[in-house]
Amino acid sequence: MGLPDRHWAFETSPDNMTKEDIKQVVLDIIADIAPDEDLTTVKAEVRLRDQLSLDSMDFLDIVMELRKKHGIEVPEADYVQLASLDSCANYLLPKFQAKSGK
Amino acid sequence: MPDEGLMEACQMSTKPRIVITGLGLTAPNGNSLAEFRANLLAGKARIAVIDVRHMGRHPAGVCDFDATKWQKRKEIRNGTRVGSISIYCSREALGDSGLDWDKVDKSRVGVYLGITEHGNVETENEIHNISQFGNDTKYWTHHHNPRTVANNPAGEVTMNMGITGPHYTIGAACAAGNAGLIQAAQMLQLGEVDIAFAGGVSESIHTFGIFAGFKNQGALGAHEDPTKASRPFDKNRNGIVISEGGAIYVLERLDDALARGARIIAEIAGWCINSDATDAVLPNPERQTECVRMALKRAGMKPQDIQIVSTHATATALGDIQECTALRAVFTDCPETKINNTKSFIGHCMGAAGALELAGNLPSFEDGWVHPTINIDELDPECALPGLVINQPVKVERVNAILNNSFGMLGINSALIVKKYGVA
Repeated sequence: MGLPDRHWAFETSPDNMTKEDIKQVVLDIIADIAPDEDLTTVKAEVRLRDQLSLDSMDFLDIVMELRKKHGIEVPEADYVQLASLDSCANYLLPKFQAKSGK
Repeated sequence: MPDEGLMEACQMSTKPRIVITGLGLTAPNGNSLAEFRANLLAGKARIAVIDVRHMGRHPAGVCDFDATKWQKRKEIRNGTRVGSISIYCSREALGDSGLDWDKVDKSRVGVYLGITEHGNVETENEIHNISQFGNDTKYWTHHHNPRTVANNPAGEVTMNMGITGPHYTIGAACAAGNAGLIQAAQMLQLGEVDIAFAGGVSESIHTFGIFAGFKNQGALGAHEDPTKASRPFDKNRNGIVISEGGAIYVLERLDDALARGARIIAEIAGWCINSDATDAVLPNPERQTECVRMALKRAGMKPQDIQIVSTHATATALGDIQECTALRAVFTDCPETKINNTKSFIGHCMGAAGALELAGNLPSFEDGWVHPTINIDELDPECALPGLVINQPVKVERVNAILNNSFGMLGINSALIVKKYGVA
């Protein structure tokens, strides 16, 4: 049994990302960093912390994964924008669009 | 002048007696004492060949315990490999001890784990990680510091088990397994804690630096058959096989153990840690001799009282001879003393080595068998100790006391003596 895989490939974000796509991106990241959580019932409008066992280090993981996998930077002042899936989608959509040149 | 040995023995006897009441382990050839012991008596080594970053394929001892038995997957992801080893061994030790954990005062429990090194794995991983991103440190994980602080493995145990007493690691190179147990015994005698989880752990196979360091020192073992790569005392030995593993014991004061009706596995009889003060890597047999003799004095024993010597020998050209020189000086005229080695089965488990090697011998108190050192095709004449158990186990009349040697770089020597409980 080896170490958990912590080597990330830099993924290219597809064009025409929608808010639903971005919610799925965030959910995929959470599935990786909080693998014990049941994500099938996550409510998009509810704060992630209120429905999942996530701490500040986990949110830093989300920021790191967005950076590594998608080339998206989230400044510390904007961490609050990652509170819920809805707020993630609203905040990240322009960043994904800017990245894909839309 | 009063006799020094008598004084040492008297000082030891005025302190609370310390006993082992539980044990959990993971070794390359076993994830429980029963499995480990069966393989030692059957002569079954288990060494894999792994890809080592930057270095290609090398023999190594790999543990295959199920970390998810006691940890959530998130704990495993955020923690370290040695943290998982420590938690597995501690939880298994707790189960073995029969302690009613819900009723234990967790503030009176301490965790004392010996380590050879810590942090190399995570640091190498992160250096590799940021190399994929132009060495930009903004990609360096925020988990790095909690993963690499020196108390990490012991701290992970406290978080997993809700232990609020003291925890720390004891950095003692490859003498660490004994050092963890000795530290715990001392803390119990001082009354700092009532229960101690103690032993040694290692994740060293996941750092290429350890492999490269030994290779460039001319001390990395190799053989076309990986299970024969670790061959202490063999004339053609060529170095160390690096392994991971852990062995953690539950220690208590004898009175406490008796009061709760615990099964007593063995009693800690005496110990010594000293320093060569001569060379960073070449052991000093004179200091090793002094270390063993002092442990015997503190235990109130003579060399003839030891039935098993569990050697440290790592299969390096000079190290094995140095230890044999030390043992030859102490164990003269000891026809009942058998000598064995565990690294020939599982390689060198570094910080876990001493603790695991003691564990594999403990069942001898009950079954009277002494496991051998294996992989000796041609015994090195300079390692030809009387009593060396070669390739096949031997049955003896009785085993009442075991001496466990563990030595490490920078000239740290440790000798720990455990005895069968109830034997004078």
